[in-house]
Amino acid sequence: MKQLMKGNEAIAEAAVRGGCRAFFGYPITPQNEIPEYMSFRMSEVGGVFLQAESEIAAINMVYGAAGSGARAMTSSSSPGISLKQEGISYICGADLPCVIVNMVRGGPGLGGILPAQSDYFQAVKGGGHGDYHMLVYGPSTVQEAVNIMYDAFDKADKYRLPVMLLGDGMLGQIMEAVELPEMKDVNSFPKKKWATDGSGIGADRRVINSLFIDPDSLEKQNHSLFSKYELLKRNETQYEEYMTEDAEYILVAYGTVARVCRSAVDILRERGIKAGLFRPVTLFPYPTNRLYQIADKEELKYFLSVELSMGQMVEDLKLAVNGKKKVKFFGKVGGNVMSPEEIVDNLVSKIEEN
Amino acid sequence: MARIIIDPEVCKGCGICVSVCPIKILKISNIVTNKAGYFVAEVVEDKCIGCCSCAIMCPDSAISVLKQ
Amino acid sequence: MEILYKKSRMLTDTPLSYCPGCTHGIVHKLLAETLEEIGAEGNVIGIAPVGCSVFAYKFFNCDMQQVAHGRAPACATGIKRCNPDKIVFAYQGDGDIASIGIAEIIHAAARGENITVIFINNAIYGMTGGQMAPTTLVGQKTTTTPYGRVVGINGNPIRLCEMIATLDGPCFVSRVSVSDPVNVRKAKKAIKKGFENQINKKGFSLIEVLSTCPTNWHMNPVQSLDYVKNEMTKIFPLGVFKDCQEGN
Repeated sequence: MKQLMKGNEAIAEAAVRGGCRAFFGYPITPQNEIPEYMSFRMSEVGGVFLQAESEIAAINMVYGAAGSGARAMTSSSSPGISLKQEGISYICGADLPCVIVNMVRGGPGLGGILPAQSDYFQAVKGGGHGDYHMLVYGPSTVQEAVNIMYDAFDKADKYRLPVMLLGDGMLGQIMEAVELPEMKDVNSFPKKKWATDGSGIGADRRVINSLFIDPDSLEKQNHSLFSKYELLKRNETQYEEYMTEDAEYILVAYGTVARVCRSAVDILRERGIKAGLFRPVTLFPYPTNRLYQIADKEELKYFLSVELSMGQMVEDLKLAVNGKKKVKFFGKVGGNVMSPEEIVDNLVSKIEEN
Repeated sequence: MARIIIDPEVCKGCGICVSVCPIKILKISNIVTNKAGYFVAEVVEDKCIGCCSCAIMCPDSAISVLKQ
Repeated sequence: MEILYKKSRMLTDTPLSYCPGCTHGIVHKLLAETLEEIGAEGNVIGIAPVGCSVFAYKFFNCDMQQVAHGRAPACATGIKRCNPDKIVFAYQGDGDIASIGIAEIIHAAARGENITVIFINNAIYGMTGGQMAPTTLVGQKTTTTPYGRVVGINGNPIRLCEMIATLDGPCFVSRVSVSDPVNVRKAKKAIKKGFENQINKKGFSLIEVLSTCPTNWHMNPVQSLDYVKNEMTKIFPLGVFKDCQEGN
């Protein structure tokens, strides 16, 4: 049965149903409904909720909880996620699974509180120090965010890495009808033999650690991490295409912007302009191979990356297309969101400049 | 009577045991070194009273004490 | 033949990475012996900090987590909240607990987290080569206070126990020393009390141990012990600052 829910609350409920039993957070707009929801929901399901003294403490609580085997998560927004980066780097270095929600707001600095996609680089390129990535999703509807969140802990556990859900204030605040999945049985999850549950002794004791003082060991760890990312590329890459079949112009957008782009495609088609939309669902791994394929289509004239940033995802798009087709960019920033008409006008003006 | 057993490979020759022994039966050798190159602690007189001060203070757990 | 003293089985066979005469080793032993005596074997998770004791995860014969600089109390909180029946301890140095991680320790104490925190105060950053610590004594020379710590420039040392004891959350706050066998025995009693409090679900315990750093103090190990006894205890007096069992 569908029910009307606010994005942030639906995401929190999906996390609970997906097995989350520990939440550590710190207030920051526009994600506050997540910790507020978790504060009562966790006690209902016998989980742990704690409002930490800072984002730094919150992510390190996640580190400890995840290291001891719990399905743990945190949520924040851009400036708070910056504070969490050290902890995220340690979590990645120590091969720990967890889930992180970033309801992105405009920056740099304290920026604003309105929707933005200006943390794309931070999310997909690493974010903290060292060579690492997370599995990053950019859902565009509340239902999609729910579906992703529901399985996020399974993915995190499978690959032993953080899963990040990259949203924005629009996704977090919007109310939409959603179908919530069944509660997963927490006893059905695979046992984590590597977790420090306290029972370890002698040869069986477990160590959660990201320190590899010997260069060969650290090199091995770096390669081990990147072999996981190869698996992600093979198994987890997700995208959606809309009217790309015969498109001469393909809009590339993720998250809430992709919804606006879809309307823009409809308007363009009505005007007889063959436009389509390519929507990456996973931002890391980026759907590079599919975009490279699409770039071969003869009728395709150019890609237009549409983002709420000064141009971040456009770099991955260019790497994917690898010079086979032109890649153009249209962005709005500061919390301003483009209308479908603005996208139509921008695309048409770029046809003319050709 | 008690007996002090020092593991020479674990000892770092810091001399703390020597300084806390109430009957002064320990010293740092000026001849014997271990694999790490430390001059190690040794028992010079067999009259240990079993107070365990040396063992308690040894940072590297190199000392065991037995009662005979 | 009766064994009067032998190495605790809660320590691994890995040789300690500490310099000769460093009292980290003594505190490791006290901690290990205590864990053994309270029957924590197979039921305990420890946290190693950043600093000289970063390698503590190699030395304790139990499940261990190594965590970012200063964040051990947060990490311990995460572990303990998810595993309330396990014994959880954090091992931290002075820079870790009283400088970069001071927020984490204060809030863990204020929440009354049911954990035991061992704080090694040797008044210097040992691992990085002897820089000024939050607990460096006024006048003490370090590589970043080459003329000695000057109040007008470098500020004053922090007395963490006294600060923490002002909070309502903690159960037991004590400062001990390992400068001689008598004090080592007292230190062990305090550490044991910290763990017994945890087992009895009485909440947060902090045991500060005045410790040495012969290498960066440029003293031999025995002189270092005297420095703890004669100089450090003047600024950091030993004693119990809070004990919920005694109603203060």
